[in-house]
Amino acid sequence: MAIVAHHSRFSKIAWPVLAWIVALLFFFPIFWMLLTSFKTDADAVKPEHLLFFTPTLENYANMTENYDYWRFATNSVIASVMATAVTLFVGIPSAYAMAFNPSRSTKDMLMWMLSTKMLPAAGVLYPMTFLTKNILGIFDTHFLIILVLSLINLPIVIWMLFTYFKEIPRDIIEAGKMDGVSTWGEIREILIPLAWGGIASTALLCFIFCWNEAYWTVRLTTTDAATLSKLIEGNRAPEGLFFGRLSAVSTAAVGPIVVLGWFCQKQLVQGLTFGAVK
Amino acid sequence: MGRILLENVTKSFGDAQVIPPLDLVIDDGEFTVFVGPSGCGKSTLLRLIAGLEETSSGTITIDGLDVTQVPPSKRGLAMVFQSYALYPHMTVRKNIAFPMRMAGLSQAEQDKRVMTAAKSLNLVDYLDRKPGQLSGGQRQRVAIGRAIVRDPTAFLFDEPLSNLDAALRVGMRLEISEMHKRMQTTMIYVTHDQVEAMTMADKIVVLQAGVIEQVGSPLELYRSPCNLFVAGFIGSPKMNFITGTEAANRHAHTLGVRPEHIAVSTQTGAWTGRVSVSEHLGSDTFLHVHETGLADTLTVRTNGEISFKHGDIIHLTPREEMVHRFDAAGLRIS
Ligand SMILES: Nc1ncnc2c1ncn2[C@@H]1O[C@H](COP(=O)(O)OP(=O)(O)OP(=O)(O)O)[C@@H](O)[C@H]1O
Ligand SMILES: [Mg+2]
Repeated sequence: MAIVAHHSRFSKIAWPVLAWIVALLFFFPIFWMLLTSFKTDADAVKPEHLLFFTPTLENYANMTENYDYWRFATNSVIASVMATAVTLFVGIPSAYAMAFNPSRSTKDMLMWMLSTKMLPAAGVLYPMTFLTKNILGIFDTHFLIILVLSLINLPIVIWMLFTYFKEIPRDIIEAGKMDGVSTWGEIREILIPLAWGGIASTALLCFIFCWNEAYWTVRLTTTDAATLSKLIEGNRAPEGLFFGRLSAVSTAAVGPIVVLGWFCQKQLVQGLTFGAVK
Repeated sequence: MGRILLENVTKSFGDAQVIPPLDLVIDDGEFTVFVGPSGCGKSTLLRLIAGLEETSSGTITIDGLDVTQVPPSKRGLAMVFQSYALYPHMTVRKNIAFPMRMAGLSQAEQDKRVMTAAKSLNLVDYLDRKPGQLSGGQRQRVAIGRAIVRDPTAFLFDEPLSNLDAALRVGMRLEISEMHKRMQTTMIYVTHDQVEAMTMADKIVVLQAGVIEQVGSPLELYRSPCNLFVAGFIGSPKMNFITGTEAANRHAHTLGVRPEHIAVSTQTGAWTGRVSVSEHLGSDTFLHVHETGLADTLTVRTNGEISFKHGDIIHLTPREEMVHRFDAAGLRIS
């Protein structure tokens, strides 16, 4: 408390300055990417053209003409929307059960779910590829990508929803039971309306994670279900060539999600701080 | 109808047995009050009946039907919570109509019953507000409205008035009593308020550590408490307990004398003591008397006109026919 009460002039100036520096540091790569996307490939690697160059839309034109940006974008939308829907569909009842009918093992189960996120994904790369390609035959399908994205995000989604649901007074849920509501009715009529803000934040975050996921979407697709991550990956050239082109593709890939994030800032902050900001 | 029967019911949370085997009958139309010290298991017992807690063993029967495994939504009981537990996202109208909507009643029937309930509970002007825009007393009425519209087999109340101020509490107490007289529906009411228990109940169940100490009408409990615990718990101010030769003279281990059954005199009496504090309540005066040689303090209730100072010597005489006698195990000797 003493820290709050004792606002020295130093901290009034130093903290905002520090915050700005950190923010700019984080923003710089994005800014650079945006700039580079308007340069020719030749300009992109010349230091003298770092800030001063003749902007061109050539990279963007190329992208839609030669690489079918829209197909990748559509796949990204399908995968992210569907995976988010599936995750919520499974996650809401699970988190509800854990928040309002906990058993002895609920805490352990939550920890265990989170621990799966601590394993390196690379460890199961070969079995996953082999299994989906040679045995199940679902390699490079929407089904597979939606399944994988859902499973990856389920633990964190259940954790977040659990935290939000915990804040709903138990009495209200119990009043629902006394008023003759079925379990599904309780979720639909009471839980979802009351935790709406939390669910929206969770959904948004899940959507962003799905959109940005690259490890599996790159490795488990070739063309049919390939997402924007794959498009970026496909434009990566080892020699540092085609920087302009790569930047344009990247900008077009992250653009939608950045805009979405911008519009939903408040929900996102609430989501990331697990409801601590009211 | 609403006859509730508990047979051999127990409840444990983990290793802690909160309710040891317990039997209880609540007759149709009866107003039953559970009282007991904090943590004795009143709420747990009520929640077992409601179905919000699962019994560890034993059976619960409602109107002859074994409901032990039946979920709360199917038991046909209505509950009013201490916290009111209104749905914050619904208007008062929707809150009250909610159980009817869940039961699939027609919209017309819902509207009709909401209106009837709102009229009897003075809520007509607030039907389109959300619970957050209501006072505590109004919220309590909405909670009651939500409970009555569906014609439950029985009402369960868990300290419904404890969040209200004193004046409102008296008013609501009367309203609930009137409601019971009018509807004749079984009601189970948990409270730790003596006055609520004594004035509202047809039957009081005194609990201690999950064990039923005594069941009876308010006057039965007041006139013939079956043991020291009930004697000390029912009645306010608390009954005085006297041990030693005075008790032995009356062939008892402990004597119990209620403060209102002791006469005060400045001249003569059976016992003598020194006034320590005298509390004036207007209608009554409570005297706390020391140095009687009978107990640390004797509490005496006299009429409000009498006034003593700290240190005054007074003489006390118990009304012999009102003296309760208990044996060494604390049980009543009759
Ligand atoms: N969910 C639970 N898990 C573990 N113990 C519990 C649980 N609910 C209640 N208890 C314990 O059971 C005992 C009885 O609790 P209960 O709430 O029934 O008491 P009460 O008589 O209603 O008290 P109060 O007058 O304070 O409301 C208490 O010792 C309490 O700690
Ligand atoms: Mg209680």
